[in-house]
Amino acid sequence: MKRFSISPPVAALILAIVLFLLSGFLPNSYGSDVKVAIAQATNILRLAVFLGVIAAGQTLVIISGFEGIDLSAGSIVTLTAILTYVYVNGEDNKVLVALLIALGVGALIGLLNGIGVTFLKISPFVMTLGMSGMVTGAIIVVNHGDVRGKIAPIMTRLIARPISPEIPIPGAIVIWLIFGVLMWLLLERTTFGKNLFAIGVNRVTAKLSGVNVTATNLTTYSLAGALAGFGGFLVVGNTGVVMIQLGQPFLFPSIAAVAVGGTLLSGGKGSYWGTMAGAIVLTLITSLLTTMQMPDSVRRMVLGATLLILISIYGRQRALRQ
Amino acid sequence: MKKRITWDFLMTRFPAFFPFILLVISIIINWFLQPNMFELETINSNMRVFLPLILLAVGQAIVLLGGGIDISVGGTVSIINTILATRVGLDGSPELMWQFVLISLLAGLLAGAINGFFIAYLRLQPIITTYATSFLYAGFALFILPNPGGGIPADIANLYRTSTPLGLPLAFYIIAILLAIWVYFSSTRYGKYLFAVGGKADAAYETAVPVTLMQFSTYVISGLMAALAGIAITMLSGSGNADIGNPMTLNSITAVVIGGNAFSGGIGGVAGPVMGAITLGVIQNIISFASIDTWWETLVKATIIVVALATPGVINLIRRRRA
Repeated sequence: MKRFSISPPVAALILAIVLFLLSGFLPNSYGSDVKVAIAQATNILRLAVFLGVIAAGQTLVIISGFEGIDLSAGSIVTLTAILTYVYVNGEDNKVLVALLIALGVGALIGLLNGIGVTFLKISPFVMTLGMSGMVTGAIIVVNHGDVRGKIAPIMTRLIARPISPEIPIPGAIVIWLIFGVLMWLLLERTTFGKNLFAIGVNRVTAKLSGVNVTATNLTTYSLAGALAGFGGFLVVGNTGVVMIQLGQPFLFPSIAAVAVGGTLLSGGKGSYWGTMAGAIVLTLITSLLTTMQMPDSVRRMVLGATLLILISIYGRQRALRQ
Repeated sequence: MKKRITWDFLMTRFPAFFPFILLVISIIINWFLQPNMFELETINSNMRVFLPLILLAVGQAIVLLGGGIDISVGGTVSIINTILATRVGLDGSPELMWQFVLISLLAGLLAGAINGFFIAYLRLQPIITTYATSFLYAGFALFILPNPGGGIPADIANLYRTSTPLGLPLAFYIIAILLAIWVYFSSTRYGKYLFAVGGKADAAYETAVPVTLMQFSTYVISGLMAALAGIAITMLSGSGNADIGNPMTLNSITAVVIGGNAFSGGIGGVAGPVMGAITLGVIQNIISFASIDTWWETLVKATIIVVALATPGVINLIRRRRA
């Protein structure tokens, strides 16, 4: 019997479009004004970029299996955002070095996670949770709640502003598209990508087939850290201000985006397209709920219920009976 | 042949062995910083603070043993807290209080059953499902009590805070009862099934273990324990706050893993997580008594926890290198 099935990224994307069209009927929404509708859609896409990039590292770690998860992503975002903010201090010519610092610091923290997970056999959940506490703690110790800096004009222009007056597409979306292609190449066209899926499915068979499980695992966690670091760089480029709670709100949504995009949380199966679609759906739902002017309590409940419905549709695991 | 007690033997056969060492070390350090630690008054005031997390960790331990995870427990704790604080009130009668304690337990069971239904029967992934329900529950708690306030009568709260039957803190009796229940159940078919499901659900299914029912039951137990934790923390604080349970969720998971249980399920018990939860509390005590600069608190606490988690792995690495 052939079951009707539709791939999760496509399903998530269709859902996002339907939701967005339906949202036109809400009071104080775009109504029948196409221009406003396009502007609103662009804005939601722009906001989805940050969640999408932060969720990229999460996607890699989750695909690597073995309960892989990165709970330190939020704190890395905060840290690299602060580092960028302080280091750049309003000067355009320091931006490139700041980006390298963000990537490097992220990769280093990711590597520490990887060492804990791979060599010390600490489960990723608690290892990265502990690392998150250490990074947050280190931020508090170093800056004592007082951060001075400024982002560079070029960052605002590249990330937050439209690419040109004629083309009203924010730079962040272009960056995300290029980023998405790179992620696809990494996952589907490189040895690392193949090894990653291999260790996600079964570590023993991967090892027996000649995959260096230890190296792949370490690389995965380092990459995840670096990508979270990149996320921090982008986030501060968009907001222009930093605070200690900057990254944490992205953490669990990044896991949810991965799950909504059809990547199995048990590893071995998934795609970055799915995560991108998931990030769009989640950002759309949150911004719709924000515009609907309801109390915070109701908003949280609606978000929880929507998430439950979403994952009920296609987040189901294999049945026990085969 | 007489079996020699080696490090490996202790580490593999008794998951609670390392947590026990950890607990003893942290208690000794605490004792140096706080000489009156072993006075009954101090023990009681410590244990009543630790108890909510201990209760939560026991529920979390059962879920993790069964191969799942429950990150909605904090939301459940908040719901119970707000129900008690708004419905009983500061001048409520004891009868009203006990009536709502009963309702709280039912609410906890219901919250757990919702999780269990989605995870066991609809086969959704545990982390993401309980993340979604954590929004439902935390949102519902905020709906009941939008701003911190309300409370329960002081004399009822004092029952929890000061009662020391036969000269021992109330918490000791509760822990003893929980451990006794666990020892009984782990020897029954339920316990065997639980370890089987947590070890390898597919294999358990093929050997006719009721996997779905077992998974469902672990979430119901976790909901019930979260309700008990909610009642305990409400009697401890005496007031209502819809965010009260929020920070407890990840702590409960850390407590279970520090307690020597495998995160992937199937290995461990309940005694370890209880010790893990007490250790977390004692670490907090140490930090406040060591008069560490407030700025350093988060870093020091996180580092201690990571070191505690890493130590068994480091010891294994060193031993393997020598062998």
